[in-house]
Amino acid sequence: MSALANDIATDMAHDIHEEHEHEHHENNTVFGFWLYLMTDCLLFASFFATYAVLFMNTAGGVSGKDIFELNFVAVETAALLVSSITFGFAMICAHKQNKSGALAWLAITWVLGATFIGMEVYEFHHLIVHGNGPQESAFLTAFFSLVGLHGIHVTSGLIWMTILFIEVSRRGLPEKTVTRLSCLSLFWHFLDIVWICVFTVVYLMGAM
Amino acid sequence: MSFLGKLSIESVPYHEPIIMVTLAVIAVVGIAVALLITKYKQWGTLWSDWITSVDHKHLGIMYIVLAMVMLLRGFADAIMMRTQLAVATNGAPGYLPPEHYDQIFTAHGVIMIIFMAMPFMIGLMNIVLPLQIGARDVAYPFLNNLSFWLTAGGAILINISLGIGEFAKTGWVAYPPIAGLELSPGVGVDYYIWALQISGLGTLLTAVNFLVTVFKMRAPGMKLMQMPIFTWTCTWANILIAASFPILTAVLAMLTLDRYLDFHFFTNEAGGNSMMYINLFWAWGHPEVYILVLPAFGIFSEVISTFTAKRLFGYTSMVYASGAIAILGFVVWLHHFFTMGSSANVNAFFGIMTMVIAVPTGVKLFNWLFTMYRGRLVLSVPVLWALGFMVTFTIGGMTGVLLAIPGADYVLHNSLFLIAHFHNTIIGGAVFGYLAGFAFWFPKAMGFKLDERTGKAAFWCWQIGFMMAFLPLYVLGFLGMTRRLNHTNNPDWNLWLYIAAVGAFVIALGIFFQLLQLFISFKNKDKLDDTTGDPWNGHTLEWSTASPPQFYNFAHIPHIQDIDAWTDAKERGDSYHKPEKYAPIHMPKNTSAGVFMSMSFTVMGFALIWHIWWLAAAALIAGIGVFIKRCYTSDVDYYVQVDEIEKIEQAHLAANAKGASV
Repeated sequence: MSALANDIATDMAHDIHEEHEHEHHENNTVFGFWLYLMTDCLLFASFFATYAVLFMNTAGGVSGKDIFELNFVAVETAALLVSSITFGFAMICAHKQNKSGALAWLAITWVLGATFIGMEVYEFHHLIVHGNGPQESAFLTAFFSLVGLHGIHVTSGLIWMTILFIEVSRRGLPEKTVTRLSCLSLFWHFLDIVWICVFTVVYLMGAM
Repeated sequence: MSFLGKLSIESVPYHEPIIMVTLAVIAVVGIAVALLITKYKQWGTLWSDWITSVDHKHLGIMYIVLAMVMLLRGFADAIMMRTQLAVATNGAPGYLPPEHYDQIFTAHGVIMIIFMAMPFMIGLMNIVLPLQIGARDVAYPFLNNLSFWLTAGGAILINISLGIGEFAKTGWVAYPPIAGLELSPGVGVDYYIWALQISGLGTLLTAVNFLVTVFKMRAPGMKLMQMPIFTWTCTWANILIAASFPILTAVLAMLTLDRYLDFHFFTNEAGGNSMMYINLFWAWGHPEVYILVLPAFGIFSEVISTFTAKRLFGYTSMVYASGAIAILGFVVWLHHFFTMGSSANVNAFFGIMTMVIAVPTGVKLFNWLFTMYRGRLVLSVPVLWALGFMVTFTIGGMTGVLLAIPGADYVLHNSLFLIAHFHNTIIGGAVFGYLAGFAFWFPKAMGFKLDERTGKAAFWCWQIGFMMAFLPLYVLGFLGMTRRLNHTNNPDWNLWLYIAAVGAFVIALGIFFQLLQLFISFKNKDKLDDTTGDPWNGHTLEWSTASPPQFYNFAHIPHIQDIDAWTDAKERGDSYHKPEKYAPIHMPKNTSAGVFMSMSFTVMGFALIWHIWWLAAAALIAGIGVFIKRCYTSDVDYYVQVDEIEKIEQAHLAANAKGASV
């Protein structure tokens, strides 16, 4: 990480005097990232479709009704949804060039995201030790894969957030950094929307 | 678990003489190429001008070189299959044992579609599209380099499978349960999975890159409905890539989980459903064939309108017809498995949707015919490919409509009739298109024209060879021969199998003439020199640049007023116009990050195939590390100064002043 921090530091001077040149390109970056998110959306759609086909194939094992604990998932969901709001506050601070505010809100967002992932890992672990791992039935395969795919995305988001946290603390909020924060922000809100679908389709409909 | 996972010296198939001879030939050719590069001291140039290049024109050429190498590999597979089937009649076993033959037909399909046709299409798009819209490069030059190397990484994996381990024996679609762990315990399917995943990521990034380029970087004045038709068809293809490749990623990831972690997506036990794989596969696979053919349609449009010296007939209808094909391409996937046994209504829906695609395709054909009507068509090599396409593709289209009738499909499903049909559309449509585009844009990319005589010989060998190789397959389909047979025992089939084998050798002659054409053209490149940059009196902006184009494409970005922007400029007397002054040009610097990232992911793929977990983890971290390092590298761009621009532009203008006076 320290080598990375050094790189960031040596970049600063260069970036500042070239900022106006990049204006055009930074617009493209957000648009391109948004297009990438649409392709990611289709990746999730494929896993949703597969879940819809396989969720009744419990092979004599447990179904959603037997394993989902809605209270637990409600807390998990709340953590992720609130983290979207806090990321919004971080972006407001970033656009106002308020570095310490942006860093504080990013830190809160990170903790909320980590809480979500921690709870998800706990849930998976709990299921596996009770003999309900993904190898038991097509339902559990589809459940673990869909929820796990979302979890891998959130984990990547946390790693990305860590890197950007270092970037902001080292070089402040030049335009390039704000653009990167905007991309992560899009990613984070996108994952929130996907989670709302997971919560509805997998947990609520499954527990009913 | 051992240090090298499943990998051992026994993984090399040294007891298979055919494979060993192939490897020896590859080694000899490889060493010869390396020696030549060393002799002419070209390693430095290769690294700094090509491997690390972010110039879309250089990347395009590298894509096409990759496509041609893979064409030779895929064609070698094809001719081995045809000769096997010609000798393995009347119950004879032939020379290819089933476990080897099965790998060959799988590799043939995967290579031809993913590593020949796709790179060829993307290569032409790379060379031409930014020039056609008046852009200096693509939106993300570094990602463009990365995309190429990811594609190459997939190709490297599939070629490694020849010498280390095996390739899938499942057919190019790798349906479970045969692609599952129980029936395919070897590494073949894993090679298939990781080669497709790595190159698929590259393709997806290309699509995003070119969509942003087209929507954000067009020359001032160019409205969407003024984009050249090739750019439009590529844009539809890119939309299809962005919308369908994630499905392939998903379905291969599911197959991976089934094979690596005992999940139950597609297994026969524990409630898995293998038809889900087949549905998802074709939800990608059918759009994929339109991804291949739509840009080819764009090439034919450019070629026919250029060589009749007329504006393309029905530009607007052409754009909308391409869009209709792109959208309809998403609602026909079930016609690949009518025999799954969905209800008659479901089959009827997909059958009718399939037939409907013939309507916009027909619109296109009539547009081309009307463009030629009362024109003076120059029978150059690109035009020959275009005319050959119009006949061949129409036959393929009509047999496709026959197959779209569910009742007929129950008889013809997986018969050689199907094989003949899709080769008719993919070779007659996509490949003929790329070869037309190759001849058409070769002078633009390389600076000299291709030899005409050998080009025409190549075309006629391909055209006649194609008819001989594939029309008999329609007959064999009606006679009941199914695909993927290793040997036959039916005297009624023999004659047709012999004709098909001869046809394959005629195509081989066509490929020989193409190599000869390249050789002769390189040798005579002074005579074939394209000094003007506009050898065919072209319509669109790529012809306004020098051949090969200035590395910054345009010193001064033109203002667009017409679909045929370059014809318009020439008619207004605004061509080869020196602007009052030049401004410095902002350009991206070359980078080695793409090749290092992609090679890390390729090593990761190899490690995952052989279950070398520590190496896979290390390679993944290395790849991500290179990416993060790249994100925090500031030395990524520079300015081309006015005096350098002045010098390069003066040369181009002078060449044209001379051309005009002659």
